[in-house]
Amino acid sequence: MQSALKVCVLNPLDIAIEIKGVSHSFEGASGQSSPSSQELMALETTNLEIRRGELLSLIGPSGCGKSTLLNMMGGLLTPASGEVRVNGVQVSAPMPKTVSFVFQENALFPWNTILDNIVVALTFQCVPSSERLDLAHQALRAVGLSEFANYYPDQLSGGMRQRAALARALSLKTDIILMDEPFAALDEQTRMVLGEDLSTLLNQTGKTIVLVTHSLGEAVFLSDRIAVISARPGRVLEVIEVNEPHPRNPEFVTSLKFSELRNRLYELLHDEIRQTLSTQAMGTPTVGPHSSLASSRHG
Amino acid sequence: MAKPMKRVAPLWQSNEASIVVFVALVLTSWFLATHWFEVSPLLVPDPLSVFPRLAQLIVSMEWWDPLVVTASEVLSAFALSSVLGIALSFVLSRSVWWVKTFDPLLNGINAVPAILFFPLFALLFGLGPGSKIALGFTISFFPIVINTTSAFGRVQSIHLKAALCMGASKWQLLRFVLFPSAIPMILSGLRMGLTLAFLSVLGGETIASFNGLGHQIAESSQAMDSELMYAWILFVIAVSFTLNTLLSRLERLGGRGS
Repeated sequence: MQSALKVCVLNPLDIAIEIKGVSHSFEGASGQSSPSSQELMALETTNLEIRRGELLSLIGPSGCGKSTLLNMMGGLLTPASGEVRVNGVQVSAPMPKTVSFVFQENALFPWNTILDNIVVALTFQCVPSSERLDLAHQALRAVGLSEFANYYPDQLSGGMRQRAALARALSLKTDIILMDEPFAALDEQTRMVLGEDLSTLLNQTGKTIVLVTHSLGEAVFLSDRIAVISARPGRVLEVIEVNEPHPRNPEFVTSLKFSELRNRLYELLHDEIRQTLSTQAMGTPTVGPHSSLASSRHG
Repeated sequence: MAKPMKRVAPLWQSNEASIVVFVALVLTSWFLATHWFEVSPLLVPDPLSVFPRLAQLIVSMEWWDPLVVTASEVLSAFALSSVLGIALSFVLSRSVWWVKTFDPLLNGINAVPAILFFPLFALLFGLGPGSKIALGFTISFFPIVINTTSAFGRVQSIHLKAALCMGASKWQLLRFVLFPSAIPMILSGLRMGLTLAFLSVLGGETIASFNGLGHQIAESSQAMDSELMYAWILFVIAVSFTLNTLLSRLERLGGRGS
């Protein structure tokens, strides 16, 4: 931590996460890459810098490698080439003290109440047992779930579960939170309200967030910057600045700026999505983080 | 994925009515068989004389010694098979390869009717408790291993991933993720194992033994004392019913999570 901070002080832009020349292919990762492995190339050489305290969204067509990129930042996956640095330190394994995750699926432990879910997380973080309960209650209060502390995850709605998952991530007090489509399983209205809550909450905490999303509106509403990823093999097409202070309120959604940004994203993504659909129609196997997520969900 | 149960039903709530009706039907047909259709009393003795014999048996406390023998055989067999079974499953679950290799083998062995080996066990361990424990162990071990291995295999990868990202140590992973996630299925495997151990020990005792509940049934049968045999059978049914009720309550309690 100490040395990491020093590096950051030296860096004028104050970069939290740096992705340098990262590429990844699912076949190439395990050994020899054959000439036909082009299709399985998940990420082409990618460079991206995530500034301290910003919320950056990764948006792109399905299977474009945005979750792959996120998993690399979290140390769940090692890139085939290139490097990912968090606070100036090269990532090689999960860094529970620096980076926490909010997953798309319900990653809360169903055998624990949501309070115990957070207490267990704090146990993993070696927080002294005397402080765990207070911190857990505090985290639940922050997301407005105080009254539901003793409920089991399956007694709560999907939106409440994701809020509890967010509370668990927040309680870990990491500088960086990585979110892999945290609202994907929720309905449109719940997503909007949760988005507003998230904007308010993040404004208070000043954390660095990387959010993977499919939703154009969500990306514009929440992000400081949006990195648009191309169809597979993924690369950063463009990074769009949103330039709107946090916390954002519903009026932002109806503003001209919002629709212009949203349209710009749509323009950028439209061709990419078409391309993805046509390759899928040709019968290219869908290999990517999503297939592994899907299988783990059913398995 | 088994969801944790939030409430334990009272002991007699759900199945009470159907059990009462079933027992009434059995007793009625038993009574009719002996009084109207005059089935040989050697095969089906009059319930009106069996129940006094049962009462006599219970009052005399003659059941205590055989019960202790049978119970200690069952518990020894079960203790062996559950401890060794869970330990083996745990070791197997460390590697996907091991599970893939040994699972078909275990299932195959489990399909062998282990009662075949009872004469061998009788030769090896004698007619005392040794051969019953060996039989009970052999029969209850594999269901426990198979259930426990599959329970560990069904731990959702997202839960493991989440725990690793939050900094769980190996021990914490076991204590806070693997075991709580697998425990409902492990418990149902154990329950099956105990029931099978009970069954096979009783079976072994009726085939060749010096003592135990099964021995009493076999002995009264050989003495052509059908009334006493029926009294013992009723006694064993009561014992297994009690055992089963206790187990399902325990399982439901355990299934609620830690």
